[in-house]
Amino acid sequence: MSRILLFLLLLTASAPAFAAPVADTFADRATETRARALQRQLRCLVCQGESIDESGATLAADLRHLVRQQIADGQSDRQIKDYLVARYGVFILMQPPLQPDTYLLWIAPFAVLIGAGGIAFWAIRRARPTGAEPL
Amino acid sequence: MLGELGQLALCFALGLSLVMAVAGLLGARADAPNSELARSIASASTMGMMVFVVLAFGVLLTAFVTSDFSIAAVANNSHTLKPLIYKITGVWGNHEGSMLLWVLVLSLYAGAVAAMGRGGARLTSAALGVQGLLAVAFLLFILFTSNPFLRLDPAPFEGAGLNPLLQDPGLAIHPPMLYAGYVGLSASFSYAAAALIVGEAGWVRAARPFMLIAWIALTCGIALGSWWAYYELGWGGFWFWDPVENASLMPWLVATALLHSALATEKSGAFRTWTLLLAIGGFSLSLIGTFLVRSGVLSSVHAFASDPTRGFFIMVLIFVAIGGALGLFAWRAPTLQGGATFETVSRESALLLNNVFLVGACAAVFIGTLYPLALDAATGQKISVGPPYYALTFAPIFFALLLLVPFGPQLGWRRGDHKAAFRALLPALGVAGVAAVAVLAIASPRTLTGMLSFAVAGWLIGASILDFLKRKGARASAFAAALAHAGLGVTLMGVAGTTLWRSEALDVMGPGETMKVGPYILRFDGVAQVRGPNFQATQAQLALMDGGRVVTVLRPEKRVYPAEGQEVADTAIRTTVVRDLYLALGDDRGNGRWTVRAYVSPLAPFIWLGALVMSAGGFLSLWGRLRVKLAAPSPVTQPAE
Repeated sequence: MSRILLFLLLLTASAPAFAAPVADTFADRATETRARALQRQLRCLVCQGESIDESGATLAADLRHLVRQQIADGQSDRQIKDYLVARYGVFILMQPPLQPDTYLLWIAPFAVLIGAGGIAFWAIRRARPTGAEPL
Repeated sequence: MLGELGQLALCFALGLSLVMAVAGLLGARADAPNSELARSIASASTMGMMVFVVLAFGVLLTAFVTSDFSIAAVANNSHTLKPLIYKITGVWGNHEGSMLLWVLVLSLYAGAVAAMGRGGARLTSAALGVQGLLAVAFLLFILFTSNPFLRLDPAPFEGAGLNPLLQDPGLAIHPPMLYAGYVGLSASFSYAAAALIVGEAGWVRAARPFMLIAWIALTCGIALGSWWAYYELGWGGFWFWDPVENASLMPWLVATALLHSALATEKSGAFRTWTLLLAIGGFSLSLIGTFLVRSGVLSSVHAFASDPTRGFFIMVLIFVAIGGALGLFAWRAPTLQGGATFETVSRESALLLNNVFLVGACAAVFIGTLYPLALDAATGQKISVGPPYYALTFAPIFFALLLLVPFGPQLGWRRGDHKAAFRALLPALGVAGVAAVAVLAIASPRTLTGMLSFAVAGWLIGASILDFLKRKGARASAFAAALAHAGLGVTLMGVAGTTLWRSEALDVMGPGETMKVGPYILRFDGVAQVRGPNFQATQAQLALMDGGRVVTVLRPEKRVYPAEGQEVADTAIRTTVVRDLYLALGDDRGNGRWTVRAYVSPLAPFIWLGALVMSAGGFLSLWGRLRVKLAAPSPVTQPAE
């Protein structure tokens, strides 16, 4: 709830930025594709794991508008994401950033895979008919 | 009166499951004077427990069907105007009822083990004992924290209704199916624990039918859930990497690994301890999934109520069950060491490699699901682990697994010939090449992922066909693996088609206006008000045009459920086997103009078709088992001589 309030506050505070109308879709196909791709990488903060691209929530619509406004202003994807992260935290990014507190998150699946592979390698070697003799 | 009967039945069931646990474990002893008697008691109390749980469930079902609002669970989740089918499904559309369904499935599996379980008498007895312990824990959980028969006084005149999202035929069967899988893994778990207790290595043969049933049910349950999300949530997605979905995917991955590892254990005695560990791990993940969904740690359409006592109770239960099983494993597993030998290139090695990748894929899902919760709890830092994470971790691991799948069935037990396997698979490589070229020629935009996906799908299906041909004339069950692996290829095509080449259009349309989506042209013919049994719908009419001719009319709806005070979109989907046209009605823009969202998803039906083919493979294998058993009854059913 406080997030929504914060957002509404932000909306009023940054009202001039919304003054210039931005169309729902960009006429230029490449820009539109870019906007959609970017929208898919941003999380709707009040929904259940939906991106702002697919969510029907009002907040998502406002965020889509914000993203499109910034694209129209010539901001890069990086700049737009940084802007949103500064305001809402990394929670808004669908792909968690690689930083010290997420190293484990990114490395663990592959560590498990390699560990399991190592155990399998050991088990297969040990099971070789000749290798099993000494046991 | 009725409610008290249900409550009483649950108490009796609790008492009997206690008897079952004690007698079952006593019956596992080898040479105690009364162990024969204990085994009979365990078996009888299992049947009794099952009967009382069925009775309790029947009582709750009756209360829902007759709209007995003096029972809180009914009053909070039902409504007199609801169609009968949703009165029935309302039984498990809430926390209390769904936990009762959980125990019902547990008791049915226990009954099946008691009635039909093959394997030594001591093994069966110990398995019933463990199953009894699980029943005790969950019945205590129900009676103390989630009583479905709690009374309301005074009883309200009308119920609060059921979440409209859950009032759907797909969701009517999804929970029982998923539970049959989730809880079905308890049978493998109990057998594994029993094997450790009595030191019997032959448990795999006895447990295999239960593994297969659980796996088939899980496969169908997950597919149904994904199908429901596809047509109900209104934007054409089929998998969200939502923690609740992940909670069902993890046991599936481990159950799949278990089926493969158990095959090697049964055939050649390899991987005995590893198979035990997987059987324990599979059900442990089911328990963790139940915890995630039921504790309110996650809020979603599945989390009906959040209550910290419930979360705490389940958490303790998980620690005791998993910890106990792992402790037993650490203590007893070394006594079960098998001396199986096999060459480096062999079916056994291939099955082990399959397990490595499945465990890696499961780890990705496990960490992606739990890491954000742990990080938030530890540091307060909130992160989102969304689809891009799984695309970078789960997807490559699973993709590598799919590449290797065709080799397994081509390699012999104990000693395989990799050169011969390569040669035999050359035609499949050809199919893969053709599929890749065809995709490059037909699909737009051309993507590397798309080409690779279709090449791998062609590889899987081609190899399955080769496997079919090789086994021509064999028993039906010999084709189980080929069918299941082909299903993987079919699903992969559906996933790739939908994700990579979906076209969509979003338009505000007034009567007579048209929109274009993919190859289709749609004409908006206005909206009409339609009354459902317990909802009021605004139904749009969209004509699918071909030149000046109307091919068909699609009617997406927006439904308002007054009893629940909620609005739900009902999509309209026209499916030809190769693509879905998918329509969702959006907002009223005034002056008879409405927002309409349209998607064309190439190959979308393949996603679920593939799952169906996979389950059919499971059925073939199960059928082979049952037939063998009918033909040659196991020694247990015959009097000892």
